[in-house]
Amino acid sequence: MWNKFDVLETIDMIEREHLDIRTITMGISLLPCISGTPEKTASNVYELVCRRAENIVHVAEQLAGEYGIPIVNKRVSVTPVSLICAPFPEKAIMIGQALDKAADNLGIDFLGGYSALVHKGTADYEKLFIESIPELLASTKRVCSSVNIGSSKSGINMDAVRQMGEIVKRTADLTKEQDGLGCAKLVIFANAVEDNPFMAGAFHGVGEAGCVINVGVSGPGVVKHALENIPHANLTEVAEMIKRTAFKITRTGQLIAKEAAKRLGAEFGIVDLSLAPTPVMGDSVAHILEEIGLECVGGHGTTAALAMLNDAVKKGGVMASSHVGGLSGAFIPVSEDIGMIHAAEKGLLNIDKLEAMTAVCSVGLDMIAIPGKTPASTISAIIADEAAIGMINNKTTAVRVIPVPGKDVGDTVEFGGLLGRAPIIPVNPTDSSKFIERGGRIPAPIHSNKN
Amino acid sequence: MRAVVTVTGKDKKGIIAEVSGFLAQKGVNVEDISQTILQEYFAMIMLVDVSGIKTELSVLAKECEELGKSIGMSIRLQHEAIFNAMHTI
Repeated sequence: MWNKFDVLETIDMIEREHLDIRTITMGISLLPCISGTPEKTASNVYELVCRRAENIVHVAEQLAGEYGIPIVNKRVSVTPVSLICAPFPEKAIMIGQALDKAADNLGIDFLGGYSALVHKGTADYEKLFIESIPELLASTKRVCSSVNIGSSKSGINMDAVRQMGEIVKRTADLTKEQDGLGCAKLVIFANAVEDNPFMAGAFHGVGEAGCVINVGVSGPGVVKHALENIPHANLTEVAEMIKRTAFKITRTGQLIAKEAAKRLGAEFGIVDLSLAPTPVMGDSVAHILEEIGLECVGGHGTTAALAMLNDAVKKGGVMASSHVGGLSGAFIPVSEDIGMIHAAEKGLLNIDKLEAMTAVCSVGLDMIAIPGKTPASTISAIIADEAAIGMINNKTTAVRVIPVPGKDVGDTVEFGGLLGRAPIIPVNPTDSSKFIERGGRIPAPIHSNKN
Repeated sequence: MRAVVTVTGKDKKGIIAEVSGFLAQKGVNVEDISQTILQEYFAMIMLVDVSGIKTELSVLAKECEELGKSIGMSIRLQHEAIFNAMHTI
């Protein structure tokens, strides 16, 4: 049984250290919606999503009230839309717009799954579907898109990598009035997971049940606070403290996930414990790394400290939940983390160091603003580098970069809200276009041959 | 079903009377109270039985919060399960 210090500790975590349930995400299979015409399919999609997720906002508010913990986002993820509209890919946008309308009707924050899985090859209908992404992102508010272009098992689809560089550029261009904001809703993955509750990369995998609740829980502030109490501990003790804290945080997620699934008539999928920063002071992953002993994130030692943090978070989380999944670890979205923003502004955190960090953290190059003039081939090459890290290390990697139209190094872009702000950081100016133009497929690594 | 009520803020007269009176009126039975005062800072933790309440738990939690505001204290009512989840294995 808990004692009074435990009660006060929990309340401190919630009220002062920003512990929250970052998201309740309902995964919905859209496969039953497929019909002979795009119009009928779109109306099936709208009807199914609205019916399945009808109570998600109400239940989330109810749970937040009962347990006294904020539930920040209510979201839905769906089957990759490229599969739903395979017979009519040129009309894919109708499905995306139906999803946006459903999201609006439900009052949820985001809906993910305007996605395609092309890690081994791109079918003709997928190529056409991917071409619709920029327009969809520019014409909708809540729909997020992702494309999986590589995996440890299949290698890297370099034709898709080339196409995605162009798609990112076009998305930025079509949303130039908002500084390329559309790109904040587009993630390019390697080794994408099918049960990720976090946006913009959530989609509902085809191996999942019909309706699933996945919960993302966060709390960088709680971890930082716990470490403040042991300023002279060695790194074994630091890792142990992170594990214990991650355990407590994840237990909360498990409780909410099971209860939400029960009340919403869905299956409990997974809990994803990811230290996901927000631009608010006291909610930063960078500040945890600095608490561990770095003068500034980006300095030498950052990769090692992040590797330890990411691993300890996973270990604590695994013990606390019957099903841990998603991305579980530490996120490093530059514009969403006040510590990262400061480091990038001072020029102490550059894209090369960020790339190294992605080899040991749970995702990839995330929410990084780069010069608007960056060529599509360079963006493709950045994607290829990230995918290679994911492929070789058997981990998920992702790229969410924003080539901000009309802006260059020295400028800052303000996205507002949870998306934060970002100084534009330089990319390597040399030309990678010949490499990208080759196309083809980078073969899967030798260690993928496990059968 | 049990919940935990925590009352924190600057110490003053009549806090326990005010809070327990309100809870009784709502059909809440107080099972245990622990109270400390640290440098004029008042912290009370009550374990209560909420089986007899007439509203949803989240509504009662909201009412507690409002009562807190009206008497200048912070009052939270939370389902006991969150503390069990976090602090017991």
